[in-house]
Amino acid sequence: MSTAPAYVSTTNACKACMPLGACLAFKGVEGCVPFLHGSQGCATYMRRYLISHYREPVDIASSSLGEKQAIYGGGPNLKQGLVNVMNKYQAQAIGVATTCLTETIGDDVPGLVREFMGQAKVEGGASVPPVIAVSTPSFGGTHLQGFHRAVAALVDQLATAAGPPNGQVNLLPGLVSPADARYLKEVLADFGLTGVLLPDLSLTLDGVAKAEYELIPEGGTPLRDIAAMGSSAATIQLGCFAMPNPSAGQILASRFGVPLVSLNQPLGLRASDTLFQCLERHGGRPTPERHARERGQLLDAFVDGHKYLAGVKAVVYGEEDLVLGLCSFLAEVGVQVVLAASGGQSPDLAQAVAQASRGLAPQDPQVRSGVDFYQIGEEARALQPDILIGNSKGHALARQLRVPLLRVGFPIHDRFGAGRIQTLGYRGALSLLDVLINTLLKKRQADNPVGYGYL
Amino acid sequence: MTSVIFEERRDQVVTKGEAPFRISCDKESLAGAVSQRACVFCGSRVVLYPIADALHLVHGPVGCAAYTWDIRGALSSGPELHRLSFSTDLREQDVIFGGEKKLERALIELIDRHGPNAAFVYSTCIVGLIGDDLAAVCKRVQEAKGIPVIPVQSEGFKGNKRAGYAAACRAMFSLVGSGDTAGISPHSVNLLGDFNLAGEIWIIRGYLERMGVEVVANITGDGRVADIMRAHGAGLNVVQCSGSTMELARMMQEAFGVPSIRASYFGVDDMAKALYDIAEHFGEPKLMERAKQVVREELATVYPQIMEARRRLAGKKAAIYVGGAFKAFSLVKSFRLLGMQTVLVGSQTGTDEDYQELAAITDPGTVIVDDANPLELMTILKEKGADVFVGGVKERPIAYKLGIGFCDHNHERKLALEGFVGIVNFAREIERTVLSPVWNFVPRIGGAPLGARRAA
Repeated sequence: MSTAPAYVSTTNACKACMPLGACLAFKGVEGCVPFLHGSQGCATYMRRYLISHYREPVDIASSSLGEKQAIYGGGPNLKQGLVNVMNKYQAQAIGVATTCLTETIGDDVPGLVREFMGQAKVEGGASVPPVIAVSTPSFGGTHLQGFHRAVAALVDQLATAAGPPNGQVNLLPGLVSPADARYLKEVLADFGLTGVLLPDLSLTLDGVAKAEYELIPEGGTPLRDIAAMGSSAATIQLGCFAMPNPSAGQILASRFGVPLVSLNQPLGLRASDTLFQCLERHGGRPTPERHARERGQLLDAFVDGHKYLAGVKAVVYGEEDLVLGLCSFLAEVGVQVVLAASGGQSPDLAQAVAQASRGLAPQDPQVRSGVDFYQIGEEARALQPDILIGNSKGHALARQLRVPLLRVGFPIHDRFGAGRIQTLGYRGALSLLDVLINTLLKKRQADNPVGYGYL
Repeated sequence: MTSVIFEERRDQVVTKGEAPFRISCDKESLAGAVSQRACVFCGSRVVLYPIADALHLVHGPVGCAAYTWDIRGALSSGPELHRLSFSTDLREQDVIFGGEKKLERALIELIDRHGPNAAFVYSTCIVGLIGDDLAAVCKRVQEAKGIPVIPVQSEGFKGNKRAGYAAACRAMFSLVGSGDTAGISPHSVNLLGDFNLAGEIWIIRGYLERMGVEVVANITGDGRVADIMRAHGAGLNVVQCSGSTMELARMMQEAFGVPSIRASYFGVDDMAKALYDIAEHFGEPKLMERAKQVVREELATVYPQIMEARRRLAGKKAAIYVGGAFKAFSLVKSFRLLGMQTVLVGSQTGTDEDYQELAAITDPGTVIVDDANPLELMTILKEKGADVFVGGVKERPIAYKLGIGFCDHNHERKLALEGFVGIVNFAREIERTVLSPVWNFVPRIGGAPLGARRAA
C-alpha cells in the first residue's frame, strides 16, 4: 500500500481539519463550550459544517483575531473571549482549541490560560470554570486526530489524583454518532457497570424539542466523572488510529495505573464479540440476554442476507477507525472491499484491514491512506465497485460511477438523521446490514426491466 | 433583553422608534460572542466561486477548502470546475519551510489536468503569516501556462467578509479589459452580485432578453472568464447584493467609464424597479415599453398566487437575519406584501447607510441588529415572538429549537427566490413552514403548542 501522495495538489479532501474534531470532543462534555483561538471564520465554518450534519445547535466561540492581534499576539482577545463566554453562557468548562493562525504566530495558549485562571473573575462571583487547552493546528492533521487530542487534553487536564478504586469503567468511544453513544451507555448499564463515556454526544447533539434554544444543551460527560477517571477499574479505548502519544487511555494508565484495553471500534460481529467479551470480564457476568438475543438476530440476518451480498464489490472510505470497522464487517458478510481509503495518514491501516479480512475475503482489500476523492475516484473507476460506503462527501463520485452510496460516519450533509445512524455492536451491525442490502435491492429493482415485486 | 447583550455591543442592537435611530456597525466581532460572521477568505470565496471555468485553488491547510467545497447552489450551464475543492493542503513542513514550491507545483498540476481558462489562488490566514509570495508564484505560472493566474489576498484574519468581497473584486478587475468588445449592443449590461443560486440569474436574463437588453457578463453566477474579460464593453453594471461586487463596479467606472446602478431581484416591487431602472438608464422608450410589458405579463401570473398566500399568512410575524443588509430590504417589503410584519431584522455586515434604510422601512418596535449571535437572536425572538425566521443554516437550529418556522435565504438555498416567479416560491416556502401541522404538537415560544392552546 502507498501513503506517499501521488499528487501535489489535493482535490476534494477526504478529511476535515484538527480544530473541528476538537470542537466535537468538547461538545461531549457537560456544560462545556468549545472555543477556537483564531480568526472568526474558522468557528463559523465549523459550526455550519457540524450543524448541517447534526441539525442541532452548535455554538462555538472564537477569539476573533484580527490583523493587529496576529502581529501583537492573541492573548488579550483570548482572555476577553473566555470572560465573555463565562458570563453569557454560564459555561461550566471551556475547551480552547488552537488554529493554524495562533499556532503560527506562536501564542503560548497553556501559558495564557494559566495566567488567565490566576486573574479571572466571573460576574456574580461564581467560581471560574476550568479551561482546557489543546493544540490543534489545521496543518497538523485530520479532524480525527484533533478529536483524540482533545480527549487526551480533557483527561490530562481534568483527571485528578486517584481516589479509592470505584469499580467504574472508562469508555473512550472515539468519534461515534449520538445514537451509538447512547447504545454504548445502554450496554454498560445492562452489564451492571458504572461507566464514564468520554466524550458523550448522546444528548448534546441529539436534543429534544422544548421551545428553548439552550446555549449549552443538557448532557455530556460530567466534569466530576472526568475528574474521577483515574479511580476507575479499567479504560476501554475504542479505535486505534490517529491517537496522540500519549493518548487519553495511556495517560490514565501511566499516571493513575488504570489498566488500558485498546480495542477496534465494535463494528460487525467479531469486533462486537471482542467488546462484549471484554465487558463480560469487567462486569463479571455473561452477556445480558437482550444483547445475546441481538447477536442471534444478527447471525440470523447474516444467513438471510448472504446471497444478496455475495460477490458485491464495495469501496469504503472515511476515518481510519470507521474504514477498518467497515472492512471487518463487510468481510464477514461476503462483500468484497476492493478499495479501502482514508484521508488520514495511518501506515498501520493496511495491515489492520488485511488482518480483519484474511480468511474471509478472497483477497485483501487495496488500502490507501492519505488520499483525496480524486485519487479514490481514479482507483474506483478501474475497480468498478457496486457500492460506495462512507460519508456524504463521496456522493459526487458515486454519481459519476452510477452506483449507490451508503452513508455512514461523518459528515452526512445530504441526508436526514445523521446523528441517529447506528453502526456499533450487534444492533448497529444489523441496522447497517439492513440498509446495505436494501440499498442494493433498490438499485437492482430500479435497474431491472421487469421490476420484480419479490426480491 | 438587555442582560444578554454584551456591554460592548449595546449600540449594535436598536429598537426602532425608541429615539432617533442610531446604530453602531462595521466593527470587529467581539471575542467570545459567537458571532455568526465568517472571514475575509469566505467573502472572496463566495464571490468568485461561481466562475465555472476557472480553477479555484485554496492555498492553505485543508480545512478552508474542505469547508467551502461545493458550498453554494451556484449553477452552471456548462463547465463545473467550480464545484471541485482544490487545496495545497499545507502541512507542518510547509509552514516551516514555506509553501511556494508546493503551490507552484500544485497549480501546474491542476492547470495541466483541467485546462481552466483562468486560475484564482486564495490565500488563507497562514499564507499571510509564513510570507509566501503568492503574486510571484502566480506570475511565474501565468507566464508558463498562458492563462491568467490571479492571487486573491484573502487572509482570513485581515478584516471581515466585506474585505474579502473587495479582494475578490480586485482579482476580477485584473481580468476586465483584456477581452474583445466588438459587437456588443449599446443596450447591454453586466449582472453583478448574482450567484445563480437555483438558476436565478437565468430568470433575470430571461426578462432582460424579452426587453431586448444584452447581458455581457454574469458576475459571477454561471460566470465565465472570457465574459468577464470583455465586461468593460457593457453599457451598464447592474449591481445586486450588499456591496459584494460594488468595488468592482467602482473600479470599472473609474477605469472604463461603465456606469452602475444598484438593484434587487427579490420581491415584486424591487424586481419591477430593477427592470424599469435599466430601461430608464438607456433612455430608449421601447425598452421601457417592453419592461412594462414583462412586468405586466409576469404579474398577471404571479399576483393572484401571491394574494392567495397572503390570505393564509396575513398577520404572521417574521424575523430576518442575513449576511448582507441589502437583501433584508427586499425581505421586509416582501413580507409586507404577504401581510406579514417584520419584528426583527439584522445582518452580519451591514453599513450605517443600510441600517438607516432598514429603520426607514420597518415598523416602530422592530429590533434592528448588527453582527448578532445566537444568544441575542434567541432572546429577541422570544421577546418579540415570530412565526418564521429567515436566515442561513447557522440560524436554522435557533428557529427550530424555539418552535419557529424557518426559510433558508442564504447561499445554500435550492429554491429560486429571485424574479417574479421567486416571490411565489418565497410565499410557498413561507407557507410550507408557517402553516405546517407540526406546530400543533411542538412546544413553542409563548407557551403550549398551537393544538393544546386550541383545545384549551
